[in-house]
Amino acid sequence: MTAETGLALELRGVSKRFGALAALSDIELRVRPGERRAVLGSNGAGKTTLFNCITGDFPPSSGAIRFFGEDVTSFPAQERIRRGLRRTYQISLLFTGLSVLDNVYLACRGVSRGRFSFRRPRASDALMQTAEELVTTVHLQEVRNTRVSDLSYGQQRQLEIAMALSGAPRFILFDEPAAGLSPTERRELIAILTGLPGHVGYIIIEHDMDVALRVSERVTMMHNGRIFKEGKPAEIEDDPEVQALYLGGAAHG
Amino acid sequence: MAVLDAFDPARARDRNWIERVPPAYWVLGLLLLVMPAFAGDFVLYQIMGWTFLLGMIALSLMFLAGYGGMVSLAQMSFAGLAGYLVAIFGDSAITAISQGWPWWITIPLSLALTVLAATGVGWLAVRTEGIYTIMITLAIAAAFFYFTRQNYDLFNGFQGFNTILPPHLFGVDWRAPVPFYYLALFWAVAAYAAVLYLSRAPFGLALQGVRDNPRRMAALGYNVTAHRVAAYAFAGLIAGIGGILLTWQSSQISPGTIGIGPAIDVLVVAVIGGLRHPIGAFLGAFIFVLLKTFAVDVLISLGLSGERFQLLIGLCFLAIVFFSPDGLLGLWDRLRERGLRDPLTGRAKDDR
Repeated sequence: MTAETGLALELRGVSKRFGALAALSDIELRVRPGERRAVLGSNGAGKTTLFNCITGDFPPSSGAIRFFGEDVTSFPAQERIRRGLRRTYQISLLFTGLSVLDNVYLACRGVSRGRFSFRRPRASDALMQTAEELVTTVHLQEVRNTRVSDLSYGQQRQLEIAMALSGAPRFILFDEPAAGLSPTERRELIAILTGLPGHVGYIIIEHDMDVALRVSERVTMMHNGRIFKEGKPAEIEDDPEVQALYLGGAAHG
Repeated sequence: MAVLDAFDPARARDRNWIERVPPAYWVLGLLLLVMPAFAGDFVLYQIMGWTFLLGMIALSLMFLAGYGGMVSLAQMSFAGLAGYLVAIFGDSAITAISQGWPWWITIPLSLALTVLAATGVGWLAVRTEGIYTIMITLAIAAAFFYFTRQNYDLFNGFQGFNTILPPHLFGVDWRAPVPFYYLALFWAVAAYAAVLYLSRAPFGLALQGVRDNPRRMAALGYNVTAHRVAAYAFAGLIAGIGGILLTWQSSQISPGTIGIGPAIDVLVVAVIGGLRHPIGAFLGAFIFVLLKTFAVDVLISLGLSGERFQLLIGLCFLAIVFFSPDGLLGLWDRLRERGLRDPLTGRAKDDR
């Protein structure tokens, strides 16, 4: 198997079966470092399954995944996190009993050395500073000492992004970050995503075409576990096949 | 109690640790320090002494349950084990079993073995979740209770040990009411401070993360099992210190100390106090001790027979848990919140 060099993420013939159901069939995906990619598709198209295979939350049935040239197909999730891969979750998997800052701090600390420490961090602690900066990045500094269970849904989604940004990520997978957000919160989200440092690439799964096309350079369309179209946002928008399948009917439902 | 939780690194940066202690602590601390000046021996030794020690054992449960999400019914067993070990290695009236070793071997050795036992129990218990953790620790507590009652070679069976006294360190009789009060106060405060400190250290934060979402913690690169087992070890240490002091206070240890009843009492104390903050363990212990001590007198003064005092205690607990599932701390929080709200609009007065 020859690996194309200089790719952030490369999927070759990735398939995932759940019993008789083929959730993913023969996925080929190549994403450059720093590239911003949107994955679109109707419900059940296999988008989240694709993310789960990439992050190692569950392994693919067949195929290979390379992350920055390294074959990570058999790596557990935390090994991929250590190599700079992050993801956000559709459902909230935050630490609801802890404050915003503590959530981000734990995420920062998880990828650092010396996770098992009985000594309190000082206010000047480098990780604590990083956590503070990340909280500011996602505009949550006002509520940084608030318990997560007291946050609004939109704020929880923003926190989810801050946690994905912890510990020098190289590539992030955003799983429907705009779902359930108000128009104002959507605008903030777009600002956060477009304001990410240039070397951080991402794939975003998004139902909202408006958000997806504004934050991505390339779009991949999925249907029934297969990729059926890839191109620039404008091309995808104008494609008659895509319009018939996605934009025409269920898109804004 | 939110004021005690609030930790603002930006503000904390400008102040040293003395300035960070809330004023309520200074008042309470001063009150506890000068208490022997006006309180009688009974209050110092029985009420306050017992509150501190029971509070420590409940604190060990609060640490596991509140921060780790693991309800253990074996905390009284760890306390009892430490008490038994002190009796076995040190001095007691049962000279056939007690080794009579000096205190500076006996106490560290007893605590070390207790921590070891707690680690072992934790290692077993963390494989389970929720109700199964309660079941397995209850089974361990019950097994230990029956074992001590039936084993005469090591635990002296039904009678246990008596005349277990603290060492006469610095020429002080530590069982005299005032010295014992300060001894218990010192260790209670030390345990409380240790728990509070750890709760904000990476270990404590990670433990709370494990409580909220173990899967994500694992995905972040944390060792979930190691954090849980370490929590058991630390809780075992606190329970062990409380257990040794408790043994000195009553100068005896027997299976009755570690039965199923006392094991559940610890849970009751922790729950009525509230599991959200370490102070809850001591609040709960104070209420529990007051009820245990005075319920009989209350009933008799009402013209009833004193035999039904357990009923009164049970009713009080029911009332507390009914009105506030978060225990006394939750009750306090809700009252405070109501005080901060504007009575007309219902909105918070100091909207930060």
